[in-house]
Amino acid sequence: MLAFILRRTAQAILVIFSMVVIVFFGVNVVGDPIWLLVSPEMDQNAIEATAKSLGLDRPIWEQFFFFLKGAFTGDLGRSFVHGEPAIKLILHRMPATLELALVALFLAVAIGIPLGLYAGLKPESKLSRAIMATSILGFSLPTFWVGLMMIMVFSVMLGWLPATGRGDTASLLGWQTSLLTLDGWSHILLPALNLALLKISLVIRLARAGAREAALMDYVKFARAKGVSQKRIVGVHILKNIMIPIVTVLGLEFGSLIAFSVVTETIFAWPGMGKLLLEAIQRLDRPVIVAYVIVVVMLFVTINLLVDIVYSLLDPRVRLSEAQS
Amino acid sequence: MTDTVQNSLATQSAIVAEETALRRFILRFAEDKVAVFGLGLIVVIILLALLAPWITPQNPYDLSKVDIMDSRLPPGDKSGDGYFMWLGSDGVGRDLYSAILYGLRISLMVGAISGLIAASVGMAVGLTAAYMGGRVENFIMRLVDLQLSLPTVLVALILVAMLGKGVDKIIFALVVVQWAYYARTVRGSALVERRKEYVEAAQSLGLSHSRIVFKHILPNVLAPIIVIATVQTAHAIALEATLSFLGVGLPQTEPSLGVLIANGFQYMLSGKYWISTFPGLALLVTIVAINLVGDRMRDVLNPRLEK
Repeated sequence: MLAFILRRTAQAILVIFSMVVIVFFGVNVVGDPIWLLVSPEMDQNAIEATAKSLGLDRPIWEQFFFFLKGAFTGDLGRSFVHGEPAIKLILHRMPATLELALVALFLAVAIGIPLGLYAGLKPESKLSRAIMATSILGFSLPTFWVGLMMIMVFSVMLGWLPATGRGDTASLLGWQTSLLTLDGWSHILLPALNLALLKISLVIRLARAGAREAALMDYVKFARAKGVSQKRIVGVHILKNIMIPIVTVLGLEFGSLIAFSVVTETIFAWPGMGKLLLEAIQRLDRPVIVAYVIVVVMLFVTINLLVDIVYSLLDPRVRLSEAQS
Repeated sequence: MTDTVQNSLATQSAIVAEETALRRFILRFAEDKVAVFGLGLIVVIILLALLAPWITPQNPYDLSKVDIMDSRLPPGDKSGDGYFMWLGSDGVGRDLYSAILYGLRISLMVGAISGLIAASVGMAVGLTAAYMGGRVENFIMRLVDLQLSLPTVLVALILVAMLGKGVDKIIFALVVVQWAYYARTVRGSALVERRKEYVEAAQSLGLSHSRIVFKHILPNVLAPIIVIATVQTAHAIALEATLSFLGVGLPQTEPSLGVLIANGFQYMLSGKYWISTFPGLALLVTIVAINLVGDRMRDVLNPRLEK
C-alpha cells in the first residue's frame, strides 16, 4: 500500500513539474513582455532599467532557475500589471471561486439526484422523457450562452436577480463569504446555476442509470417483499447504492468546475481567480498565468491522487494490477 | 459493431457484407425520427453556410456595404439600402442574418478542420500504441491520461494565451485538446482487432507492419471513430465559440458565431437582446443537431444495446 501511495505521489510531482516547465517556457518564449510594460515616452536607459529590475534581461534558462528557486519558497513572481506577488493575488481571489464551485456542486446534487432517480424508476413516463431530453440539452448548450440568456431573462427582463458582482460579503473566520448575507445569495444564485448546468445533466444520467440497475437487484425485491415502504426503498436502499459512483465522479469533476469558472466568472463579473486568469491572458501578465496554472494543476493532481488512494483502499484490485504492470 | 461489420472488410466477400452492414446501419439509424431530423438540420446548416454569399442581402465584411446608420436596428426593420433586416443589425450596422451565415462558415470550418487533424493524429497515435505495445504503449497512454485529466477549456485557454489569436492557432489548440479522445478510442478497438485471426493471417503472410495497421486494422476500427468524431466536432465548435466569446479566440476580422455573441454582450444589458441571442441560437441548433446524430449513431453501433 505504501509503495502504491509513494509511486502515485512521485507521478503527481512529475506531472506538476512537467506542467511548470511547459507553461513557463510556453508563456515566456513567445514575444517580449517588456514592450507591454514600458510607456512609449521612456528612453532606452529607462527601458533597460525596467527590464533589469524584473529580471527580463537575463537568458531564459537563468530566468527559469530563478523562478524555480522562488517557487520552492512560495514565491511565483510578481504580477506585471498589479505589481503584487502573483500567488497573493490568486489566493486572494480563490475563496470566491471555491465558494462558487461548491454552491454549483451542491446545486448539481440537489437538482440532479431527485430528477435522475425519478427518470430511472419511471423510465416510460412523459416527465422522465422530458427530463432526459433536457439533460441532452444541458450537455449541448454552451455554458457562456446560457449565462447570457440567464442574465437577459432574470436580470434584464424580470429584474429578479442581480447580474454582476458578489454582493455583500460577511467575514467568517477571516473568509469573506457571500453565503452569510441575503444579498450575497442573490448574487451567487445565477452564476452557480450556470456553472452547475453541465454537472446537473451528468448527475441526472448517473442517477438514472444507477437507479435502473439498482431497482432490479435482489435486495430491492427483498425489501419490497418484506413490505418496506416505497419511500424507504428509494430513499435508503437505492439512494445509498447509487451515491458511490456519483460521489466519485463529482470529486473528479470538482476540478473541471474550477476550470469552467473562468467562463462563468467572466460573464457574471464574479471576482474569482478565473476572471483574474482571463484578465492576465488579455494583458499578457505572465507571472499570474504561470502561477494560476501551477495552483490549479496542484489542486487537480491532489484531488486525483486522493481519489486514487481512496479507490485502492476500497478496491485492492486497482493497486494489484498496478503493481503487475 | 457486430461480427459482420468487424470481419466484413477483411474477408473475400467484403463488398457484399459491407453493403448489408451499411444498409442495416442506415435502416437502424432511420428508426429514430429525431436523429433523422437532426441529420436533416445538419445538411440544411451546411448548405446555408456554403451558400451564404448568394442568399444573404449583404456581405457583412465588405465595408462599403455596411452603413453605421443601420446599427442596432431591431429585428424586422428596414435597412438604408432598402432590404429588411429580419434579425436586426449589430453594433456597427451589419445585417445579423448575413453575419450569422458568414459566421457559421467560420465556426463550421474551424470545427471540421480541427476535428479532421485531431482524428488523424489520434488514430495514428492510438494504432501505434496498440500495435507496438510495451513501453511505447505505456508512454503514449500515460500522455493520453494526462491530457484527458486536464479540463479542455483550461488547456485551450492556456494555449491561446501562449500563441495569441488567429484561426491557425485556435485550430492548433483544438487539436491538442481533442487528439487524446481519438487515441484512446482507437487503441481500445485496435487492441481487440489485433488478436483476431485475420491479423494473424496477415502477419503469417509476411505483410509489412504499416500495411497490416492501415489496410487491415484501421478499416475495422473506423465505426467508433465516426461516433467520436461527431460528438467531438460539436465540442470543438462550442469550445471555439467559448474562447472567441472570452476574447481570446478568433479576432474580429474572422467573426465566428462566438465573436458575434461577444459583440452583442455589451448591448444586452440595455435590452438589445437580438445581437447576442440570434447567433447563439444558430450555434445552439448546430450543436444540438450534431449531438442528436452522434447519440443515435452510438446507440446503433453499440452491440450491448442491440436487442
